[in-house]
Amino acid sequence: MGKLFKIAVRNLLRYKRRTFLTASLITIGVIFVLIFISVSGSFKAMMISQITDSMLGHIQIHKKGYVAAIDNLPLNLNLRPQDVAKLEDILNNDADVEAYSPRIKFGGMFSNFVETTNIRLNGVYPDREFKTIPLLASRISAGKKTIEKGEILIPVLLSKGMGVKVGDSVVIVTTNKDGSVNGKQFTVSAILESATGPGGRDGYVHIEDAQELLRMTEMEISEVAIRLKDFDKLHAAGFKLENLLAGDLNQQGKPLFETHSWEKLSPFYHLSRMIDLMTFFIKLMLIAIVLISIMNVMIMAVYERIREIGTIAAIGTPPEKILSMFVIEGFCLGIFGTIIGNILGAAIIYIINASKITFDFAMHQGLILSANIRLTDIISISIIVIIVSVIASLQPAFKASRMEPITALRHV
Amino acid sequence: MELIVAENISKDYQVGEVVIHALKDVSFEIEPASFVSFVGPSGSGKTTLLNLIGCLDKPTEGKLTVAGIDISMLDRKESATFRGNHIGFIFQDFNLIPVLTVYENIEYPLLMVQNVPAIERSDRIHGLLKAVDMLDQKDKYPDQISGGQKQRVAIARALVTNPKLVLADEPTANLDSQTAHAVIELMKKMKGELKTTFIFSTHDQKIVGEAEIVFTLGDGKLRDQEVKGGTKNGQTL
Repeated sequence: MGKLFKIAVRNLLRYKRRTFLTASLITIGVIFVLIFISVSGSFKAMMISQITDSMLGHIQIHKKGYVAAIDNLPLNLNLRPQDVAKLEDILNNDADVEAYSPRIKFGGMFSNFVETTNIRLNGVYPDREFKTIPLLASRISAGKKTIEKGEILIPVLLSKGMGVKVGDSVVIVTTNKDGSVNGKQFTVSAILESATGPGGRDGYVHIEDAQELLRMTEMEISEVAIRLKDFDKLHAAGFKLENLLAGDLNQQGKPLFETHSWEKLSPFYHLSRMIDLMTFFIKLMLIAIVLISIMNVMIMAVYERIREIGTIAAIGTPPEKILSMFVIEGFCLGIFGTIIGNILGAAIIYIINASKITFDFAMHQGLILSANIRLTDIISISIIVIIVSVIASLQPAFKASRMEPITALRHV
Repeated sequence: MELIVAENISKDYQVGEVVIHALKDVSFEIEPASFVSFVGPSGSGKTTLLNLIGCLDKPTEGKLTVAGIDISMLDRKESATFRGNHIGFIFQDFNLIPVLTVYENIEYPLLMVQNVPAIERSDRIHGLLKAVDMLDQKDKYPDQISGGQKQRVAIARALVTNPKLVLADEPTANLDSQTAHAVIELMKKMKGELKTTFIFSTHDQKIVGEAEIVFTLGDGKLRDQEVKGGTKNGQTL
């Protein structure tokens, strides 16, 4: 086998320019894919982190049917205290859960005594909310980074539109579950930057203020946002929670709770799927580049060496060894292109990160382009290129191995 | 026992709609350790006959037995194995593998065809390199040596597997007369030392005289079989 590799490498070096050009093509393809995956993957991870850590959390649990009607913020689909207690018991004992935050979500009218507009609010336990969505604090552009009773965090667009500043008094008027209206005066404690995704322009009040405002006799919860210790375990943890909650049934005998990961709650998930799809097509392009370039060069190699093939076949080289000889040549070409591509790709990714290139996305400005590539991505791309190189060599190699020595020896 | 027995062999080629009768009803026998030449003008069937003896092709009719094996019965892979174990080839254009050194070219059949262990390989190759006087050139590539040297390497490559038979199709066609003579002398010497049968084709009358047995072909037929010192059967065949 070692000799076959030696012959393959020498044959590749025999046509240095052609080998260099083909390997360069593979190298460029590998570099392009690595950079695309690293940049798009990092962008995707950053956006997911923005969405989950700013508002949604990793997983949310609601009463069955709540999410279908979430735009209306239905108060009649809140979880009762005994349901919340069951849920909290499960979450407290789940090793995958880092933090969770119960929320009362409701809509209301926001008045600064001059103008009135609508607002969507979350009643939260501040400490638990800040632990569950750690980027909430970073969204506070003005004011204090907590919520006391009687205080309200308002979104920046509302602040600008209504001319409301930190320390101003405002009134929230809302309709409770029974249809009666109630109002309460709040002091604006902070201004909140918008976040991408659902709930990104909501305001916050203390959960006890929400309970009072909605005239709840007991603490009814709209949703529980959950933060996991390891985001990569999202699906496993969600599945486990679903199973644990599946035993709790409502009066109709259907599950009481419904579990949703951020993917089912945010439209950005579809964008992230688009990025995955684009990555897939970029990989397909790489496969096409490798396939065409290696096949082309190997077909040329076979045609140029017909007499040589005839000679080695005549002196008794078994067809499978002739096949191996050419397949190894394609394999070596693929390996060479992959190694150089990986080294240069890693160097370019390092340069991108060292350059600290910034970009703007939606409401976010000055985001630093952070390109990260996982070892598994490098390995999977390398394996793809090498396998495709071997596959591309097979047809020419098979042709060489099937060549009749007498015909090959006559070739001019 | 005869090394080669040809019984009424014919070989036809189809070229388009035309059938070319390259060999017609040829019969002969060759004993082991012979030094045989096939002569005749271009198109007389010399190369076709060598291809058949070398298991590179099969007769259309008749029976050809080489080393006791009816070559018509061998499939593609068996033919390759048979050639690798019993037959050495020397080509007109030397056909050395350009990416291998002199040593590696000779080593190739031992490594790729016969899987001979490294120590034995080294012994055999060095012995042959010495015999063909190429020991000091062993690390050179084919494009760094002369035509005569290439053919000596080709002879060593053909002999390294200890074949029963070495076939040489016009081995001196690309060599000057002095080198051609030296190559034939070398083949003759190797035949003497190794008791290997050498069969070569040529239309060079100067080197025909070196053969012990000369078969003359014309229009695909065996016209004459001359054993050194006279014509076998005393008549044109």
